[in-house]
This record gives sequence, structure tokens and C-alpha cells, in this order.
Amino acid sequence: MKAVFYLFINGLKIKKMSRDKILAAIRQNQPALKPLPSLSGLNQCTFEAKEQYKNVLKSIGGHIVEVDNETEIVQYIRENYTQGHRFITTLPQFAPIAETNWSDNDPHDLENVELMLMAGTFGVAENSAIWVTEGGLGQRVAPFICQNLAIVLNAHDIVPTMHEAYERIGSADYGFGVFIAGPSKTADIEQSLVLGAHGARTLVVFLVNGA
Amino acid sequence: MSHATQDHATLSKQFNKDEARVNWHDETLWFVRQKRDKMAFSLSEWELLRGAASAIKDNVLSNLHDYLVEFEAKAQQNGVHVHWAANGAEHNQIVHSILKNHGVTQMVKSKSMLTEECHLNEYLAKNGVEVIDTDLGERIVQMREEPPSHIVLPAIHLKKEDVGETFHQHLGTEKGNKDPQYLTEAARQHLREKFLTRKLALTGVNFAIAETGEFVVCTNEGNADMGAHLADVHIACMGFEKILPKREHLGVFLRLLARSATGQPITTYSSHFKKPREGQEMHIVIVDNGRSTQLGRADFRNSLKCIRCAACFNTCPVYRRSGGHSYHTAIAGPIGSILAPNLDMARNADLPFASTLCGSCSNVCPVKIDIHDQLYKWRQVLVQEGHAPLSKKLMMRGMTFTLSNPKVYRLGGKIGRWALRNAPFMVNNGLNPWFSQRDMPEAPKESFREWYLKRQKE
Repeated sequence: MKAVFYLFINGLKIKKMSRDKILAAIRQNQPALKPLPSLSGLNQCTFEAKEQYKNVLKSIGGHIVEVDNETEIVQYIRENYTQGHRFITTLPQFAPIAETNWSDNDPHDLENVELMLMAGTFGVAENSAIWVTEGGLGQRVAPFICQNLAIVLNAHDIVPTMHEAYERIGSADYGFGVFIAGPSKTADIEQSLVLGAHGARTLVVFLVNGA
Repeated sequence: MSHATQDHATLSKQFNKDEARVNWHDETLWFVRQKRDKMAFSLSEWELLRGAASAIKDNVLSNLHDYLVEFEAKAQQNGVHVHWAANGAEHNQIVHSILKNHGVTQMVKSKSMLTEECHLNEYLAKNGVEVIDTDLGERIVQMREEPPSHIVLPAIHLKKEDVGETFHQHLGTEKGNKDPQYLTEAARQHLREKFLTRKLALTGVNFAIAETGEFVVCTNEGNADMGAHLADVHIACMGFEKILPKREHLGVFLRLLARSATGQPITTYSSHFKKPREGQEMHIVIVDNGRSTQLGRADFRNSLKCIRCAACFNTCPVYRRSGGHSYHTAIAGPIGSILAPNLDMARNADLPFASTLCGSCSNVCPVKIDIHDQLYKWRQVLVQEGHAPLSKKLMMRGMTFTLSNPKVYRLGGKIGRWALRNAPFMVNNGLNPWFSQRDMPEAPKESFREWYLKRQKE
């Protein structure tokens, strides 16, 4: 018993040794302190945010569907996705067309999801990325494992660049957060662009106009 | 340590045997460089962003100790296990010990140049662990038992015919089918099964935030997320220079990274991992492996600013025409050539010479690393430390003599021009490496000096 305890303590010591050695070497070798630069003035974009958002999303393989209300979203989903397959959502108002009670399941259970519908916290005009955190995802793997992804985004919630994006995120606490820009893609075979690598094959953004 | 079995020049010669393929490689990477330009020129603040990124990294390198301690404390508060590895061997042992603790012998891995640097796959294979690389390009080269030839486009040295044949052999796709859409779909099905069955996922780290203890992983394919969110255990491995002080600094780097790498406005997924998912175990391995030594070399420490975008690869006339494998190191291209000598001077002494010093790499670098200056400085260090080959030393002595004796220099020029015009067989033969894989320009009748003197007389 004593020997096991000794080995355990020794193991911890070795572990600690590398940490201390690395940190000591860094402290010795790092140059004199240089100040952090100011981040102001880094956005010089002149575009209109919503138009830019739409154009960039189209250019990276996503689809924009402008809607005025939820009924139009339901109608679009009924007409454009294969009915009879599994649809899931984190938004209770879409319960009539999609499952809502799945966020406590084993994530592997989402393997056969055809469509995932969720809400974006905000979008970024310069690159069409949408920010979502764990709470809005239901399960972390949900927007990746589904065959098709659809995100509801309020047209008012579009910031110009990543600088405003991080201002908006601020010091928010989350376990996991992600910017999603377009469908999953690859060009690893001879630089030919193919949509649908490992994540969602398609991305539709329902841009909600109005109040 | 050991000498590379073959040096850059020899390996380039092999790559250059197939002229059509070299031309294709050259043009394809130049096209990626042009896509980068289009993105860079569309932002009037591009140079301000580069300046800010470079200054943030200067601050990081000057305060690394405190940032790393802060990052570790925050990550631990977030419920993440933090490990430190002094070198590649220790990194590999740490990863293996986590696998052993969970009784796992199969895992998925998304792109991580650090694990290539540490030769993790070979180590784990020897210890009976099966590693599946899940980035499409990395999976292709893994099946072919080759290393990646580019850090962003791992299979850029291959044509679709090659991939078609590899998938036919390994995945049973139709013989002769080389359609990228069809082949990508086959890989999607093949890898989906791996994501769904593997209990442990390893990812790289693009950025780690001292202020919050979170780390960011960027992919287009979604493979890092598919692996990490389905696995019981997530291990993220990072070189210690990946640290950024604050979350807001991500705004600068995420604007630069994908634009510089592939000419996209941002990667499809920029995933921020802060805490393990409920019931999941998350580990971060922080690796030194020579970085603290590089930090102490004033001339070379800026290489630690690198964010692995590979813009310097795509623009480099030598890389484009010699291919990634000719660099015989995990990170090829200009940046690899200034990182590798720090890891093993003798083995990588040829790499700082694999450059024309044209400076294009420094001009496209999003964090303004003085790459071509460092290539030049490494040459001085390598020669002083005795790592230059004898032929180069003799040639340099010859050049010193010629260049310090104007008469000899002028005579040499005359002989050279005469030979090029009247007796090309004397220079264009197997003994003269200047003529291999290269057409020489027509030799002028007179030198600049002769022309200038004549002009003054007129």
C-alpha cells in the first residue's frame, strides 16, 4: 500500500516537474513586456449589414429565406424537406412539425436527424456567421450531425464584423459556443468544392423581418 | 541527432520528374493565393488587422508565463484537466495514459499539426491504438501511409485519380470513379460510422484564451465537432504559443485566419470549447517541445506568432514547385523552414536554403513574421555551427575569391556568356545543377559594365 502511495506521489511530482520546468524556461526566455494594442478603428466596413449578410451567405453556399412570421417558416419546411423523416427543434413554437423533447437523450440518438431547426443569437454581416451557445443548441452535436440545418435569425440581430460580435458576446458564460457560417464543406480533393463534408449538407437561414 | 535521409534538393528533384503535375501544383496553390488576395484587398483595414495581430502576439510572447498560468487556472475552474508536456515523447505518453485509463484502443482525431510534430500516430500504433484521422485530406494521406504535404490542404499533392484509386482500395468505391462529390460522399459515410462508435476524440487548438480558459477550433468540414461532441473523452493538444490574452482578441484573428488560408471570410465552424459537456471528460495538453528555446532566440522568436494559415506556403515559388514532402518535416514551406532548425539543426540544415529569399512569405503573413529575414539569419547560424555541406563551403570560398578580384570576375563573366552562346553543351549538361528542370535565358552579348562604358564614350 505504501509503495502504491509512493508511486502515486512520485507520478504527481513528475507531472508537476514538466509544468514548472516549462514555465521557468518561459519566464527566463520571454522578452521584456510589450503592451497590448488598442482594438478600436479596426472596423472600416461601409456596407449595409443586412444586404452584406445575405450576399456573403449566398457566396458560401447557404440559402436565405426572408420571412415575416413563423407560419411562413412552417410552410417552407413542409414544402422543402422530405416529410416523414426526423425533424428536431429547440424552439417550442415549432412543436407541431418537429420533436422538442430530445435534449436529454444520448447524443448518438440524433444520428438519423434529417432537419435541425434552431434560433441564432446574432449574425455577422462580414462573413455570414451565426453565433449560438449550448442553450440554443439543445445538444452540442445537433447542428453538426443533422443532414440539414435551418437557423431562425432576426434581421435586427446582425452586427457588422467580428469585433462587434465579441463585444456582444462580452463575458457571457457558456460551456460551448460556435459561429456557424454556411453548410459543412471541403475542397480536399483537387481543390474541388463539395458541400456536405461531415456536418450539415445544407444551411437555410430564415431571416425574420419586421418588428 | 540524425541527418534527413534525403535533403530538400534531392526530394524536389523527385517531385519535379512529372512536369505536368508540378505545373498543376504550382497553379493550384497560386490560385489559392489569389483567393487570399481578393479577400485581403476587399478590406481597407487589412493592414491594420495584420498590425494588431502582430502586436497582440508580441504581447503574448512577452507575457507567456502569466497567460499560461491564468489559462490553466481558468480551464481547471471550468472542469478541464490540464497537462504539461516538455517534449513530443511526454505529449504522446500523456495522451496514451488517458486512453489507457479509459480502456480505449480506438480513437478519432481532427487536424492537429502538433500531433504530426510529435509523431503521435506512430507512437499510438506501436502501442496498439488505432487512430482515424477525420479531416478528409488527412484521411486520404493516412490511407496512403503518407504524411500531409500542406498544413491546410493535406492532400494537395494528389490528383483526383489518385484519391479515386485509394478509395477504391480502402473504401470499395467504383474503380476509376474520380468524381470529388462521389468520393467525398464515400468518405462521409465511412467516417460517420467512426464518429458514432469512437469513445475518445482528439482535436487541435487554434486559439486558447487566458481570460476565460476556453479554446477555439476552426474547421470547414465539422469533423472536430462530430468527434468531440459524440465522444466520452475529448483531448485537445496545443503548443503553448496558441494563447491569446482575451476573448475579444479572437475578433482580430478570426478575421485574418480563413481569409489568409483559403480566401474564405471565415471557416464554416469556429467552435469555442469552455467546459466539458455533462458526463464528458475534457483534457488539454500544453506542449513545449523546443518552443521555450525558440522563445529565447531573439532573432527567431517571432516564428512563434504563427497561426498556421499556410499563406506563406501558397505564395512561395519554391514550395509550389517542390511540394510539401520535399521539406521532410511536419510543417513544410517557409514557416516550417524557420521552425524546423530549432527542433533539430543537423537534420533540417538544408531547409533555410530552400528559398529564394524573395520575401513574398513575409508580405502575406497575417501576423507579420519576418520569415525571409529569419531564413537568411538561420543560414548564418547553420554555417557557423558547421552544418553547411562541404560543396557549399568550397563554392562560397570560390565566390569570395571571384567577387573580391574584379579582373577574375570580369573574365569569368566573359567566359560564361561566350559558353552560353557558342558552346552550350559545356554548361548545359548533367554536371551543372542549374540546368536541371530549368530552361536558361539567352545570354547577352555584353555585360552591364561593358555597355555602360561604351555608352559613356558615345
